[in-house]
Amino acid sequence: MGDLNTQMLDKYRNNFLREVEEKVDDGDWVKMCMQCGVCAGSCTFGPDWEHTPQKIFMMIRAGKREEVLTSHSMWLCTSCYNCMVRCPRKLPITHIMHGLASYAHRLGLAPKNQPTRDFSMIFWENCTKTGRVNELKMTISVYFREGFVSGIKKMWTLRNIGRGLFFAKRLNPLELFVSHGCKDKDGLRRALKKADEIEARRRGYAVQPRGYSS
Amino acid sequence: MAKREYAFYPGCSSQLRGSAANYLVSVESMCEKLDVKMTQIPDWNCCGASISYAGSSELARHVLSARNFALSDKHLPGQDIVATCAACWLGGRETIEKLDASSQLLADTNEALKEAGLQYKPGTEIRHMVEVLVEDLGYEELGKPVVKPLDGVKVAGYVGCQTNRPFGIAGESFENPMYLDKLIDTVGGESIAKYEEKVSCCGGSLAFCEPEKAEKQIKNIVESAYDHGADVICTPCPLCQANVEVYQSEINRKQGTKLNMPVVYYSQLLSVAYGGTLKEAGLDGHIIQPKKLQDIAVKVVKK
Repeated sequence: MGDLNTQMLDKYRNNFLREVEEKVDDGDWVKMCMQCGVCAGSCTFGPDWEHTPQKIFMMIRAGKREEVLTSHSMWLCTSCYNCMVRCPRKLPITHIMHGLASYAHRLGLAPKNQPTRDFSMIFWENCTKTGRVNELKMTISVYFREGFVSGIKKMWTLRNIGRGLFFAKRLNPLELFVSHGCKDKDGLRRALKKADEIEARRRGYAVQPRGYSS
Repeated sequence: MAKREYAFYPGCSSQLRGSAANYLVSVESMCEKLDVKMTQIPDWNCCGASISYAGSSELARHVLSARNFALSDKHLPGQDIVATCAACWLGGRETIEKLDASSQLLADTNEALKEAGLQYKPGTEIRHMVEVLVEDLGYEELGKPVVKPLDGVKVAGYVGCQTNRPFGIAGESFENPMYLDKLIDTVGGESIAKYEEKVSCCGGSLAFCEPEKAEKQIKNIVESAYDHGADVICTPCPLCQANVEVYQSEINRKQGTKLNMPVVYYSQLLSVAYGGTLKEAGLDGHIIQPKKLQDIAVKVVKK
Protein backbone atom coordinates (compact mmCIF):
# COMPACT_ATOMS: atom_id res chain seq x y z
CA MET A 1 0.00 0.00 0.00
CA GLY A 2 1.57 3.27 -1.14
CA ASP A 3 1.21 6.53 0.66
CA LEU A 4 -2.33 7.77 1.09
CA ASN A 5 -1.90 10.92 -0.96
CA THR A 6 -0.63 8.98 -3.99
CA GLN A 7 -3.48 6.51 -3.63
CA MET A 8 -6.05 9.28 -3.63
CA LEU A 9 -4.40 11.00 -6.58
CA ASP A 10 -4.57 7.75 -8.53
CA LYS A 11 -8.12 7.09 -7.51
CA TYR A 12 -9.65 10.49 -8.24
CA ARG A 13 -7.36 11.74 -11.02
CA ASN A 14 -8.62 15.19 -11.87
CA ASN A 15 -11.89 14.99 -10.03
CA PHE A 16 -11.09 16.79 -6.79
CA LEU A 17 -14.73 17.70 -6.14
CA ARG A 18 -15.64 14.01 -6.06
CA GLU A 19 -12.70 13.29 -3.78
CA VAL A 20 -13.91 15.98 -1.37
CA GLU A 21 -17.47 14.68 -1.54
CA GLU A 22 -16.39 11.17 -0.67
CA LYS A 23 -13.53 11.75 1.74
CA VAL A 24 -14.14 15.00 3.61
CA ASP A 25 -16.66 15.28 6.46
CA ASP A 26 -19.71 17.06 5.04
CA GLY A 27 -17.82 17.43 1.74
CA ASP A 28 -20.92 16.44 -0.23
CA TRP A 29 -22.27 19.93 0.50
CA VAL A 30 -19.57 21.76 -1.46
CA LYS A 31 -21.43 21.65 -4.76
CA MET A 32 -24.32 23.56 -3.16
CA CYS A 33 -22.26 26.75 -2.82
CA MET A 34 -23.59 29.54 -5.06
CA GLN A 35 -20.61 31.85 -4.54
CA CYS A 36 -22.55 34.64 -2.84
CA GLY A 37 -19.64 35.51 -0.53
CA VAL A 38 -21.63 35.91 2.69
CA CYS A 39 -19.27 33.44 4.42
CA ALA A 40 -16.22 35.41 3.34
CA GLY A 41 -17.73 38.64 4.65
CA SER A 42 -18.89 37.06 7.90
CA CYS A 43 -15.67 35.31 8.83
CA THR A 44 -13.95 36.46 12.02
CA PHE A 45 -10.54 36.22 10.40
CA GLY A 46 -11.73 36.70 6.81
CA PRO A 47 -9.16 39.41 6.10
CA ASP A 48 -6.38 37.11 7.36
CA TRP A 49 -7.26 34.17 5.13
CA GLU A 50 -5.41 33.62 1.90
CA HIS A 51 -8.54 31.85 0.65
CA THR A 52 -11.93 32.51 2.23
CA PRO A 53 -14.46 29.64 2.37
CA GLN A 54 -16.10 31.01 -0.78
CA LYS A 55 -12.79 30.82 -2.64
CA ILE A 56 -12.00 27.40 -1.23
CA PHE A 57 -15.31 26.05 -2.55
CA MET A 58 -14.64 27.44 -6.02
CA MET A 59 -11.08 26.13 -5.98
CA ILE A 60 -12.38 22.67 -5.13
CA ARG A 61 -14.66 22.74 -8.13
CA ALA A 62 -11.83 24.03 -10.29
CA GLY A 63 -9.75 21.03 -9.25
CA LYS A 64 -7.05 23.03 -7.45
CA ARG A 65 -6.27 20.13 -5.20
CA GLU A 66 -2.82 21.03 -4.02
CA GLU A 67 -3.57 24.71 -3.42
CA VAL A 68 -6.58 23.79 -1.28
CA LEU A 69 -5.00 21.02 0.74
CA THR A 70 -1.76 22.88 1.45
CA SER A 71 -3.55 26.12 2.36
CA HIS A 72 -3.25 27.69 5.82
CA SER A 73 -6.73 29.08 5.42
CA MET A 74 -8.92 26.36 6.91
CA TRP A 75 -6.72 26.37 10.00
CA LEU A 76 -7.74 29.93 10.81
CA CYS A 77 -11.30 28.83 11.54
CA THR A 78 -12.19 29.73 15.15
CA SER A 79 -15.39 27.65 15.08
CA CYS A 80 -17.49 30.77 15.57
CA TYR A 81 -20.18 29.38 13.20
CA ASN A 82 -20.99 32.80 11.79
CA CYS A 83 -20.63 31.62 8.17
CA MET A 84 -22.75 28.58 8.88
CA VAL A 85 -25.78 30.36 10.29
CA ARG A 86 -25.69 33.02 7.60
CA CYS A 87 -25.20 30.79 4.55
CA PRO A 88 -28.36 31.13 2.44
CA ARG A 89 -27.86 27.58 1.14
CA LYS A 90 -27.31 26.27 4.68
CA LEU A 91 -23.94 24.70 3.98
CA PRO A 92 -22.32 23.46 7.21
CA ILE A 93 -19.28 25.57 6.36
CA THR A 94 -17.55 25.30 9.73
CA HIS A 95 -17.70 21.50 9.54
CA ILE A 96 -16.45 21.51 5.95
CA MET A 97 -13.46 23.68 6.94
CA HIS A 98 -12.64 21.35 9.82
CA GLY A 99 -13.11 18.38 7.50
CA LEU A 100 -10.78 19.81 4.86
CA ALA A 101 -8.15 20.65 7.46
CA SER A 102 -8.42 17.18 8.92
CA TYR A 103 -8.20 15.53 5.48
CA ALA A 104 -5.17 17.65 4.48
CA HIS A 105 -3.53 16.57 7.71
CA ARG A 106 -4.30 12.89 7.03
CA LEU A 107 -2.72 13.12 3.60
CA GLY A 108 0.38 14.78 5.00
CA LEU A 109 -0.26 17.91 2.93
CA ALA A 110 -1.12 20.37 5.71
CA PRO A 111 1.53 23.09 6.13
CA LYS A 112 4.38 22.12 8.44
CA ASN A 113 4.36 23.79 11.87
CA GLN A 114 0.85 25.12 11.25
CA PRO A 115 0.05 26.57 14.71
CA THR A 116 -3.59 25.48 14.87
CA ARG A 117 -2.78 22.00 13.61
CA ASP A 118 -0.07 21.62 16.21
CA PHE A 119 -2.45 22.84 18.90
CA SER A 120 -5.11 20.42 17.73
CA MET A 121 -2.70 17.50 17.98
CA ILE A 122 -1.51 18.61 21.42
CA PHE A 123 -5.09 19.06 22.62
CA TRP A 124 -6.20 15.60 21.50
CA GLU A 125 -3.21 13.84 22.98
CA ASN A 126 -3.65 15.78 26.19
CA CYS A 127 -7.37 15.17 26.69
CA THR A 128 -7.26 11.48 25.77
CA LYS A 129 -4.41 10.69 28.13
CA THR A 130 -6.53 10.69 31.28
CA GLY A 131 -9.90 11.51 29.72
CA ARG A 132 -9.80 15.14 30.84
CA VAL A 133 -7.72 18.13 29.82
CA ASN A 134 -4.66 18.97 31.87
CA GLU A 135 -4.62 22.70 31.19
CA LEU A 136 -1.16 23.33 32.58
CA LYS A 137 0.56 20.60 30.56
CA MET A 138 -1.38 21.62 27.47
CA THR A 139 -0.28 25.24 27.79
CA ILE A 140 3.34 24.26 28.31
CA SER A 141 3.26 21.93 25.27
CA VAL A 142 1.85 24.71 23.10
CA TYR A 143 4.42 27.27 24.22
CA PHE A 144 7.34 24.88 23.84
CA ARG A 145 6.31 23.47 20.47
CA GLU A 146 8.90 25.58 18.66
CA GLY A 147 11.74 24.64 20.95
CA PHE A 148 13.06 25.20 24.43
CA VAL A 149 14.37 28.73 24.11
CA SER A 150 11.25 30.13 22.47
CA GLY A 151 9.16 28.30 25.08
CA ILE A 152 11.06 29.89 27.95
CA LYS A 153 10.65 33.30 26.30
CA LYS A 154 6.89 32.85 25.94
CA MET A 155 6.50 31.65 29.51
CA TRP A 156 8.56 34.63 30.74
CA THR A 157 6.44 37.06 28.73
CA LEU A 158 3.24 35.61 30.15
CA ARG A 159 4.50 35.17 33.70
CA ASN A 160 2.18 37.82 35.14
CA ILE A 161 -0.85 36.13 33.64
CA GLY A 162 0.29 32.83 35.12
CA ARG A 163 0.78 34.43 38.51
CA GLY A 164 -2.61 36.13 38.29
CA LEU A 165 -4.35 32.87 37.47
CA PHE A 166 -2.50 31.11 40.27
CA PHE A 167 -3.67 33.64 42.87
CA ALA A 168 -7.18 33.50 41.41
CA LYS A 169 -7.03 29.72 42.03
CA ARG A 170 -7.48 29.01 38.34
CA LEU A 171 -4.11 27.42 37.71
CA ASN A 172 -2.57 24.60 39.69
CA PRO A 173 1.19 24.00 39.44
CA LEU A 174 0.65 20.53 40.88
CA GLU A 175 -1.05 19.56 37.63
CA LEU A 176 2.46 18.91 36.36
CA PHE A 177 2.40 15.81 38.52
CA VAL A 178 -1.24 14.98 39.18
CA SER A 179 -3.97 15.25 36.54
CA HIS A 180 -7.71 15.32 36.76
CA GLY A 181 -8.96 12.28 34.92
CA CYS A 182 -11.50 9.50 34.41
CA LYS A 183 -11.43 6.49 36.66
CA ASP A 184 -12.07 4.29 33.67
CA LYS A 185 -9.51 5.92 31.43
CA ASP A 186 -8.47 2.51 30.14
CA GLY A 187 -11.99 1.79 28.96
CA LEU A 188 -12.16 5.19 27.32
CA ARG A 189 -8.87 4.66 25.52
CA ARG A 190 -9.97 1.22 24.34
CA ALA A 191 -13.13 2.79 22.91
CA LEU A 192 -11.12 5.50 21.14
CA LYS A 193 -8.73 2.94 19.72
CA LYS A 194 -11.67 0.98 18.42
CA ALA A 195 -13.16 4.16 16.93
CA ASP A 196 -9.94 4.75 14.99
CA GLU A 197 -10.03 1.18 13.68
CA ILE A 198 -13.63 1.53 12.54
CA GLU A 199 -12.97 4.89 10.90
CA ALA A 200 -9.93 3.52 9.09
CA ARG A 201 -12.00 0.57 7.89
CA ARG A 202 -14.81 2.79 6.62
CA ARG A 203 -12.56 5.24 4.84
CA GLY A 204 -9.86 2.89 3.62
CA TYR A 205 -7.12 4.52 5.68
CA ALA A 206 -4.34 2.95 7.68
CA VAL A 207 -4.93 3.36 11.42
CA GLN A 208 -3.04 6.40 12.69
CA PRO A 209 -0.49 5.70 15.40
CA ARG A 210 -1.53 7.39 18.66
CA GLY A 211 -0.73 7.25 22.31
CA TYR A 212 -3.76 5.14 23.13
CA SER A 213 -3.20 2.73 20.22
CA SER A 214 -0.08 1.28 21.78
CA MET B 1 -36.51 17.35 47.36
CA ALA B 2 -35.26 19.82 44.83
CA LYS B 3 -37.77 21.35 42.48
CA ARG B 4 -35.76 20.40 39.42
CA GLU B 5 -33.05 17.82 38.81
CA TYR B 6 -30.47 17.57 36.06
CA ALA B 7 -27.45 15.50 35.14
CA PHE B 8 -24.54 17.89 35.22
CA TYR B 9 -21.68 17.93 32.73
CA PRO B 10 -19.27 20.61 34.00
CA GLY B 11 -16.44 20.12 31.50
CA CYS B 12 -12.69 20.24 32.01
CA SER B 13 -12.13 23.96 32.56
CA SER B 14 -14.62 24.07 35.44
CA GLN B 15 -12.75 21.56 37.54
CA LEU B 16 -11.10 22.50 40.82
CA ARG B 17 -8.32 25.01 40.07
CA GLY B 18 -9.11 24.94 36.37
CA SER B 19 -9.30 28.12 34.31
CA ALA B 20 -13.05 28.37 34.92
CA ALA B 21 -13.11 27.00 38.46
CA ASN B 22 -15.04 30.05 39.67
CA TYR B 23 -17.74 29.41 37.04
CA LEU B 24 -18.57 26.08 38.68
CA VAL B 25 -18.60 27.63 42.14
CA SER B 26 -21.02 30.36 41.08
CA VAL B 27 -23.27 27.92 39.20
CA GLU B 28 -23.52 25.77 42.31
CA SER B 29 -24.50 28.64 44.57
CA MET B 30 -26.91 30.00 41.96
CA CYS B 31 -28.59 26.62 41.55
CA GLU B 32 -28.91 26.14 45.28
CA LYS B 33 -30.87 29.40 45.56
CA LEU B 34 -33.07 28.35 42.65
CA ASP B 35 -33.72 24.92 44.15
CA VAL B 36 -32.13 23.22 41.15
CA LYS B 37 -30.25 20.01 41.86
CA MET B 38 -27.31 19.26 39.61
CA THR B 39 -25.67 15.85 39.91
CA GLN B 40 -22.38 15.41 38.12
CA ILE B 41 -22.33 12.59 35.60
CA PRO B 42 -20.07 10.01 37.25
CA ASP B 43 -16.68 9.67 35.57
CA TRP B 44 -17.49 12.10 32.71
CA ASN B 45 -14.78 12.74 30.12
CA CYS B 46 -13.62 15.65 27.95
CA CYS B 47 -15.89 16.46 24.98
CA GLY B 48 -12.94 17.01 22.63
CA ALA B 49 -13.85 20.70 22.25
CA SER B 50 -13.97 22.32 18.82
CA ILE B 51 -10.26 22.10 18.20
CA SER B 52 -9.47 18.39 18.06
CA TYR B 53 -10.36 17.92 14.38
CA ALA B 54 -6.78 17.31 13.26
CA GLY B 55 -5.79 15.17 16.21
CA SER B 56 -8.86 12.93 16.14
CA SER B 57 -11.22 11.21 13.75
CA GLU B 58 -14.84 12.35 13.56
CA LEU B 59 -16.01 9.07 15.04
CA ALA B 60 -13.66 9.37 18.02
CA ARG B 61 -15.15 12.75 18.89
CA HIS B 62 -18.67 11.31 18.81
CA VAL B 63 -17.48 8.47 21.01
CA LEU B 64 -16.30 11.00 23.61
CA SER B 65 -19.70 12.70 23.78
CA ALA B 66 -21.62 9.43 23.54
CA ARG B 67 -19.70 7.98 26.48
CA ASN B 68 -20.90 10.88 28.64
CA PHE B 69 -24.47 10.39 27.44
CA ALA B 70 -24.31 6.65 28.13
CA LEU B 71 -22.97 7.24 31.64
CA SER B 72 -25.67 9.80 32.30
CA ASP B 73 -28.36 7.43 31.09
CA LYS B 74 -26.97 4.62 33.24
CA HIS B 75 -26.56 6.55 36.49
CA LEU B 76 -29.08 9.38 36.17
CA PRO B 77 -31.79 7.97 33.92
CA GLY B 78 -34.45 10.33 32.66
CA GLN B 79 -32.59 13.51 33.57
CA ASP B 80 -31.65 16.06 30.95
CA ILE B 81 -27.92 16.73 30.75
CA VAL B 82 -26.88 20.30 31.47
CA ALA B 83 -23.56 21.70 30.29
CA THR B 84 -22.17 25.00 31.47
CA CYS B 85 -19.47 25.25 28.82
CA ALA B 86 -20.42 26.46 25.35
CA ALA B 87 -18.10 24.07 23.52
CA CYS B 88 -19.20 21.05 25.60
CA TRP B 89 -22.82 21.84 24.87
CA LEU B 90 -22.23 22.46 21.20
CA GLY B 91 -20.12 19.32 20.76
CA GLY B 92 -22.78 17.26 22.48
CA ARG B 93 -25.57 18.71 20.36
CA GLU B 94 -23.60 17.99 17.21
CA THR B 95 -23.07 14.38 18.22
CA ILE B 96 -26.77 13.91 18.92
CA GLU B 97 -27.66 15.46 15.58
CA LYS B 98 -25.18 13.34 13.62
CA LEU B 99 -26.05 10.06 15.35
CA ASP B 100 -29.76 10.70 14.92
CA ALA B 101 -29.20 11.23 11.20
CA SER B 102 -27.06 8.15 10.54
CA SER B 103 -27.78 4.65 11.79
CA GLN B 104 -24.33 3.68 10.53
CA LEU B 105 -22.60 6.28 12.67
CA LEU B 106 -24.75 5.24 15.63
CA ALA B 107 -23.80 1.58 15.17
CA ASP B 108 -20.11 2.49 14.82
CA THR B 109 -20.22 4.64 17.94
CA ASN B 110 -21.79 1.85 19.93
CA GLU B 111 -19.31 -0.70 18.58
CA ALA B 112 -16.52 1.50 19.96
CA LEU B 113 -18.33 2.20 23.25
CA LYS B 114 -18.74 -1.51 23.85
CA GLU B 115 -15.02 -1.55 24.60
CA ALA B 116 -15.84 0.53 27.67
CA GLY B 117 -18.87 -1.61 28.51
CA LEU B 118 -21.32 1.15 27.60
CA GLN B 119 -24.13 1.77 25.15
CA TYR B 120 -25.60 5.01 23.86
CA LYS B 121 -29.35 5.06 23.35
CA PRO B 122 -30.76 7.89 21.24
CA GLY B 123 -33.14 10.23 23.01
CA THR B 124 -30.64 12.13 25.13
CA GLU B 125 -31.10 15.87 25.57
CA ILE B 126 -28.14 18.09 26.32
CA ARG B 127 -28.90 21.66 27.30
CA HIS B 128 -26.95 24.73 28.21
CA MET B 129 -27.36 26.08 31.74
CA VAL B 130 -28.79 29.25 30.23
CA GLU B 131 -31.58 27.24 28.59
CA VAL B 132 -32.52 25.79 31.95
CA LEU B 133 -32.66 29.29 33.40
CA VAL B 134 -34.70 31.01 30.71
CA GLU B 135 -36.84 28.10 29.50
CA ASP B 136 -37.46 25.88 32.51
CA LEU B 137 -37.49 28.57 35.19
CA GLY B 138 -38.22 31.77 33.28
CA TYR B 139 -37.29 35.36 34.07
CA GLU B 140 -40.04 35.87 36.63
CA GLU B 141 -38.88 32.91 38.68
CA LEU B 142 -35.27 34.05 38.34
CA GLY B 143 -36.18 37.45 39.75
CA LYS B 144 -37.78 36.08 42.93
CA PRO B 145 -34.67 35.20 44.98
CA VAL B 146 -33.03 38.60 44.34
CA VAL B 147 -32.09 40.20 47.67
CA LYS B 148 -29.36 42.54 46.39
CA PRO B 149 -30.37 44.03 43.05
CA LEU B 150 -27.32 45.06 41.05
CA ASP B 151 -28.25 48.73 41.21
CA GLY B 152 -26.03 51.00 39.19
CA VAL B 153 -23.97 48.21 37.65
CA LYS B 154 -23.71 48.63 33.91
CA VAL B 155 -23.11 45.29 32.24
CA ALA B 156 -22.05 44.61 28.65
CA GLY B 157 -23.71 41.29 27.79
CA TYR B 158 -21.14 39.49 25.68
CA VAL B 159 -22.84 36.40 24.27
CA GLY B 160 -19.99 35.34 21.97
CA CYS B 161 -20.27 32.48 19.52
CA GLN B 162 -21.00 29.01 20.65
CA THR B 163 -23.98 29.51 22.96
CA ASN B 164 -25.43 31.49 20.08
CA ARG B 165 -24.43 29.66 16.90
CA PRO B 166 -25.24 27.35 15.26
CA PHE B 167 -27.94 26.15 17.68
CA GLY B 168 -28.55 29.12 19.91
CA ILE B 169 -31.25 29.57 22.49
CA ALA B 170 -34.75 28.92 21.14
CA GLY B 171 -36.56 32.02 19.96
CA GLU B 172 -33.43 34.19 19.90
CA SER B 173 -31.82 35.64 16.78
CA PHE B 174 -28.22 34.87 15.88
CA GLU B 175 -27.45 38.52 15.22
CA ASN B 176 -28.92 40.04 18.36
CA PRO B 177 -29.90 37.54 21.04
CA MET B 178 -31.53 39.20 24.03
CA TYR B 179 -31.46 36.57 26.77
CA LEU B 180 -28.27 37.76 28.41
CA ASP B 181 -29.50 41.37 28.54
CA LYS B 182 -32.77 40.14 30.02
CA LEU B 183 -30.90 38.14 32.66
CA ILE B 184 -28.87 41.23 33.56
CA ASP B 185 -32.04 43.35 33.87
CA THR B 186 -33.81 40.61 35.84
CA VAL B 187 -31.27 40.89 38.66
CA GLY B 188 -31.39 44.68 38.67
CA GLY B 189 -28.34 45.44 36.56
CA GLU B 190 -28.29 47.78 33.61
CA SER B 191 -27.81 46.03 30.27
CA ILE B 192 -26.39 47.75 27.21
CA ALA B 193 -28.77 47.33 24.31
CA LYS B 194 -26.34 48.68 21.74
CA TYR B 195 -23.21 46.77 22.67
CA GLU B 196 -21.75 46.16 19.20
CA GLU B 197 -19.51 43.24 20.05
CA LYS B 198 -22.26 41.15 21.61
CA VAL B 199 -21.89 38.21 19.21
CA SER B 200 -18.30 38.69 18.00
CA CYS B 201 -15.76 35.93 18.31
CA CYS B 202 -13.02 36.24 20.96
CA GLY B 203 -10.66 34.25 18.77
CA GLY B 204 -11.38 31.01 20.61
CA SER B 205 -8.49 28.61 20.78
CA LEU B 206 -6.46 30.81 18.44
CA ALA B 207 -5.64 32.85 21.54
CA PHE B 208 -3.23 30.01 22.25
CA CYS B 209 -1.77 29.33 18.85
CA GLU B 210 -2.12 32.67 17.03
CA PRO B 211 -2.35 35.19 19.89
CA GLU B 212 -2.03 38.38 17.81
CA LYS B 213 -5.14 37.54 15.82
CA ALA B 214 -7.20 36.77 18.91
CA GLU B 215 -5.96 39.87 20.70
CA LYS B 216 -7.35 42.03 17.91
CA GLN B 217 -10.80 40.57 18.64
CA ILE B 218 -10.43 40.90 22.38
CA LYS B 219 -9.41 44.54 22.10
CA ASN B 220 -12.57 45.35 20.15
CA ILE B 221 -14.76 43.49 22.62
CA VAL B 222 -13.28 45.37 25.58
CA GLU B 223 -13.08 48.79 23.94
CA SER B 224 -16.70 48.64 22.84
CA ALA B 225 -17.68 47.90 26.45
CA TYR B 226 -15.71 50.97 27.55
CA ASP B 227 -17.38 53.08 24.87
CA HIS B 228 -20.76 52.28 26.39
CA GLY B 229 -19.61 53.03 29.93
CA ALA B 230 -19.76 49.42 31.09
CA ASP B 231 -18.51 48.47 34.56
CA VAL B 232 -18.16 44.83 33.66
CA ILE B 233 -18.51 42.39 30.76
CA CYS B 234 -20.67 39.31 31.32
CA THR B 235 -20.55 36.10 29.29
CA PRO B 236 -22.01 32.56 29.24
CA CYS B 237 -18.81 30.92 27.88
CA PRO B 238 -15.70 29.89 29.83
CA LEU B 239 -13.32 30.37 26.90
CA CYS B 240 -14.72 33.85 26.17
CA GLN B 241 -14.33 34.70 29.84
CA ALA B 242 -10.74 33.53 30.07
CA ASN B 243 -9.62 35.01 26.75
CA VAL B 244 -11.22 38.40 27.25
CA GLU B 245 -10.07 38.76 30.84
CA VAL B 246 -6.54 37.40 30.87
CA TYR B 247 -5.12 38.79 27.63
CA GLN B 248 -5.97 42.42 28.35
CA SER B 249 -2.59 42.82 30.04
CA GLU B 250 -0.85 41.44 26.95
CA ILE B 251 -2.67 43.93 24.73
CA ASN B 252 -1.66 46.70 27.14
CA ARG B 253 1.95 45.58 27.06
CA LYS B 254 2.10 45.38 23.27
CA GLN B 255 -0.02 48.36 22.36
CA GLY B 256 0.28 50.73 25.28
CA THR B 257 -3.45 50.63 26.05
CA LYS B 258 -4.84 50.68 29.57
CA LEU B 259 -7.51 48.02 29.34
CA ASN B 260 -8.70 46.84 32.73
CA MET B 261 -12.26 45.63 32.21
CA PRO B 262 -13.50 42.83 34.47
CA VAL B 263 -15.23 39.85 32.81
CA VAL B 264 -17.67 37.66 34.74
CA TYR B 265 -20.23 34.91 34.15
CA TYR B 266 -24.00 35.39 34.19
CA SER B 267 -24.06 32.91 37.07
CA GLN B 268 -21.89 35.25 39.11
CA LEU B 269 -24.34 38.11 38.58
CA LEU B 270 -27.22 35.91 39.70
CA SER B 271 -25.31 34.49 42.61
CA VAL B 272 -24.39 37.96 43.94
CA ALA B 273 -27.93 39.24 43.47
CA TYR B 274 -29.22 36.21 45.38
CA GLY B 275 -27.04 37.17 48.33
CA GLY B 276 -24.00 35.00 47.57
CA THR B 277 -20.73 35.88 49.28
CA LEU B 278 -17.55 36.77 47.39
CA LYS B 279 -16.52 33.16 47.56
CA GLU B 280 -19.90 31.66 46.69
CA ALA B 281 -20.16 33.90 43.63
CA GLY B 282 -16.61 33.03 42.57
CA LEU B 283 -15.69 36.70 42.70
CA ASP B 284 -12.37 35.79 44.32
CA GLY B 285 -11.36 34.13 41.04
CA HIS B 286 -10.41 37.07 38.85
CA ILE B 287 -7.24 38.71 37.59
CA ILE B 288 -9.12 41.93 36.88
CA GLN B 289 -11.27 42.55 39.95
CA PRO B 290 -14.99 43.14 39.35
CA LYS B 291 -15.00 45.85 42.01
CA LYS B 292 -18.64 46.91 41.86
CA LEU B 293 -19.90 43.35 42.15
CA GLN B 294 -17.47 42.61 44.96
CA ASP B 295 -18.75 45.65 46.85
CA ILE B 296 -22.30 44.39 46.50
CA ALA B 297 -21.29 40.91 47.60
CA VAL B 298 -19.79 42.12 50.89
CA LYS B 299 -22.64 44.54 51.61
CA VAL B 300 -24.94 43.46 54.43
CA VAL B 301 -28.65 43.73 53.68
CA LYS B 302 -31.36 43.95 56.26
CA LYS B 303 -34.07 41.41 55.71
